Amino acid sequence: MKILVCISNVPDTTTKVKFKENNTLFDDSGVQWIINPWDELALTRALELKEDAGNSIDEVSVIHVGGAQTDATLRKALAIGADKAIRIDACAADAYYVAGQIAAYLKENPFDIVFSGIESSDYNGSSVGAMIAEFMDYPGISSVTNVDLSNSEVVLYRAIPGGKQKIKVEIPFVAVVQKGITNEPRIPAMRGIMMARKKPLEVKPAVEMDVLTKSVKFELPEAKGACKMIDAENVEQLVDLLKNEAKVL
Amino acid sequence: MNFEFTEEQLMIRDAARDFAQRELLPGVIERDDKAEYPTEQVKRLAELGFLGMLVGLEYDGGGMDTISYVLAMEEISKVDSSVSVIMSVNNSLVCWGIEKYGTEEQKQKFLKPMARGEKIGAFLLSEPEAGSDATSQRTTAVDMGDHYLVNGTKNWITNGKSASTYIVMAQTHPELKHKGINALLVDAKSEGVSVGPHENKMGMRASDTCSVMFNNVKVPKENRLGEEGFGFKLAMQSLEGGRIGIASQALGIASGAYELALKYAQERKAFGKEIIHHQAIAFKLADMAVEIEAARFFCLKAAWLKDQGQAYGHASAMAKLYAAETAMKVTTEAVQIHGGYGYVKEYHVERLMRDAKLTQIYEGTSEIQKIVISRGLIS
Repeated sequence: MKILVCISNVPDTTTKVKFKENNTLFDDSGVQWIINPWDELALTRALELKEDAGNSIDEVSVIHVGGAQTDATLRKALAIGADKAIRIDACAADAYYVAGQIAAYLKENPFDIVFSGIESSDYNGSSVGAMIAEFMDYPGISSVTNVDLSNSEVVLYRAIPGGKQKIKVEIPFVAVVQKGITNEPRIPAMRGIMMARKKPLEVKPAVEMDVLTKSVKFELPEAKGACKMIDAENVEQLVDLLKNEAKVL
Repeated sequence: MNFEFTEEQLMIRDAARDFAQRELLPGVIERDDKAEYPTEQVKRLAELGFLGMLVGLEYDGGGMDTISYVLAMEEISKVDSSVSVIMSVNNSLVCWGIEKYGTEEQKQKFLKPMARGEKIGAFLLSEPEAGSDATSQRTTAVDMGDHYLVNGTKNWITNGKSASTYIVMAQTHPELKHKGINALLVDAKSEGVSVGPHENKMGMRASDTCSVMFNNVKVPKENRLGEEGFGFKLAMQSLEGGRIGIASQALGIASGAYELALKYAQERKAFGKEIIHHQAIAFKLADMAVEIEAARFFCLKAAWLKDQGQAYGHASAMAKLYAAETAMKVTTEAVQIHGGYGYVKEYHVERLMRDAKLTQIYEGTSEIQKIVISRGLIS
């Protein structure tokens, strides 16, 4: 079996977000880029499944839609343990475009299992995995917190409010994974880092397709007000501040 | 001149940072408090390949350059120097000498398991009466024909208890003084080897530091590193590289304390504003930042020279001296910026200050570095 893990290249989660050109573009100067945390968890789980010999996973590859500047992120995925990386050479315009490009690759290069993180930590679209499933006419299972291949059938567990759901599914399928799929993202080992350059990183041209949406403007949330600490005994002061300063009473 | 790191070097730095923040930070205060050896953490250090990162791929190491080693040592030392010293000794003082001067058999038998991190090494030079004056070795290795018979006591041995392999400096020909010293690879389980109790140290309390005693220990002739009488030279050359490791450790201790102080100064308020807006604190942080950056350049310059195959002894002594002095100054100021909170264990900086002190002492005191540097000036 072969697993394909979809990778987003996102700004480090501690990045101070700024915009440029009249708030129409993200200002990426000085930004450190990382593998989207949910995708990193998905990759880690895929590698765990491969390492369990009973699962007969022959290959774990990663795929990404982006320009050459994102190769460092893909090489980190290779250092963590992916066997191969594929980059579709295009600007990731929106979720539909990304899913369409990945689906086009999948049609030419079939995989049994496709993992996608539940969302990307930059644009929070939460759509790519489900759209790939739709493009491919595969079962698409969202909010997957565990994948069990141990008993010659595929069993997935989904997080649902107040509990979890067990699902059986046939390959091929798309699992949109979320926190809980594994404990922690894997840290690349020294040998993995050294071997990463020797592993294949294929660059494929994008297929022709329309971009259906256009980002017009970004707005940052208003700055939070300072927190005032009031002594627990001093109810009068609290009421006064709520009434006269915050004006919520 | 190029100040940019390669993609691999940055990946190694990030891997070390993730490892330190995720796996070393939880429990670091408790391990220091109880002087508890970081068994699980060292196991992970081995799995990730840090314990043998400088050893070539052909001997199961990571095949990394020294620049990467500086970056990794800094990140790990920001959090836990008791762990980074284990990494430094294994890489710089033990594996390096075997890889450079060992026979193929010695590399297969001793180097490979240490490069993989399955075993750990220790470097046994210091003695009760031979610290800075390392030429005065009293441990003897008497030539018995097919083996050496080793007797004596070694002091302040990092990894003394946890190591499986020792590189032991011992005197075979006292009449030749330091030219009579041999470097011997000794299995720590050999008959006649005994390990003293864990030293109750001021800092780096979780690393194991012990005395190791040798009582008629038989060491096969084939375990000698290099030619007869090469031991002292090997020790000095090993320490040249070791100093890059300890300088990077001191750099990490300094930058770890600085980062904590910078964060605290932006959160703590006094006289109506964050204390970083008081010039007395802001200037301290500016001085700290400048000295840390200078120490980083010293470390990277020494590492670069080593990677280029150029002489690096003078540069590594400068790096060790400057980084250790910076670590002591910066950690002391970090405690000062934290005020009373800095004096309690919960805020980490007091531990970093205790750890910093050792960097001025081991692998050549600051005074010894000045001897090395000044002799370099004369020649």
